[in-house]
Amino acid sequence: MTTAACFIIASRNDIPIYEAEVGSAAKREDAAQLPQFILQAALDIVQDLAWTTSAMILKTIDKFNDLVVSVYVTDDHTRFMLLHDSRSDDGIKSFFQEVHELYIKSLLNPLYLPGSRITSSHFNTKVGALARKYL
Amino acid sequence: MIGTGKIKQYANVLDKPLGKGKQEVSLSAFAFLFSELVQYNQTQVDNISELETRLEDAGYAVGARVLELLCHRDKGNRRETRLLGILSFVHSTVWKVLFGKVADSLEKGTEHEDEYMISEKELLVNRFISIPKDMGTFHCGAFVAGIVKGVLENAGFPAVVTAHFVPVEGQQRPRTTILIKFAEEVLRREARLG
Repeated sequence: MTTAACFIIASRNDIPIYEAEVGSAAKREDAAQLPQFILQAALDIVQDLAWTTSAMILKTIDKFNDLVVSVYVTDDHTRFMLLHDSRSDDGIKSFFQEVHELYIKSLLNPLYLPGSRITSSHFNTKVGALARKYL
Repeated sequence: MIGTGKIKQYANVLDKPLGKGKQEVSLSAFAFLFSELVQYNQTQVDNISELETRLEDAGYAVGARVLELLCHRDKGNRRETRLLGILSFVHSTVWKVLFGKVADSLEKGTEHEDEYMISEKELLVNRFISIPKDMGTFHCGAFVAGIVKGVLENAGFPAVVTAHFVPVEGQQRPRTTILIKFAEEVLRREARLG
């Protein structure tokens, strides 16, 4: 089970549209934005990798100390990025797929502008529940 | 009524299952809705090209959503990374889901490398529309062109998509062609990927 994880959904243009801390890690005071930095740095790698494969899950693409970045790219190139410190591959894959379904449902909302921030609290709750279930 | 089960009500739309997509919508309902869309936009603009742009924008929003939904439903989580792949996805899958049949033909332009054409004898959206003479080259298929543009751009293949009437000998009504002109970067990336 992961103890530390940060989950970010970034749009095609590398703008984060959703962020969440999942898992039960204690927040480090000195490096509060560290997860965001690591994930932003990994965006470049994602950009190149996304065009070389037609699979959606890109698995582990970057490492930082003992933390690992896993990425899942959807059709419209929205990136689901997870920073974590364990290796339960299957759990992470299922987590990504379920969040993908949630993302599609919120995308289908005609009042939601694709590429804008996802602010629904229900979405938040569901992602948290999925994280507890799969990570 | 016999056979009506109780439809489960979901508290939030995020809880509802996505569904298999076997629903059909009545053509007349769509035709009324589309005609209202065109009429409403006519009152808001001053000229024809603005009207076409508005219809295109309406279609773009549809295309963006259709892409994600169909890829999730039909393709089992495999993305399209090649040009021909995404074009055949639009030509068959998207057309089948939206209009009930695959598009009539998909051709590569002979003059330019970056042009492709999807042809249709008559677009479903134009079935009940006739263009008055004084509107010249206006084409309500701009809505469908917008859908195609939405799908292509969101998949990472930016393109300029327009709808044209192409007169055919021997037929009274002209064919409709959706002309897709890809941006420079798409061709460069295709060449790079081999």
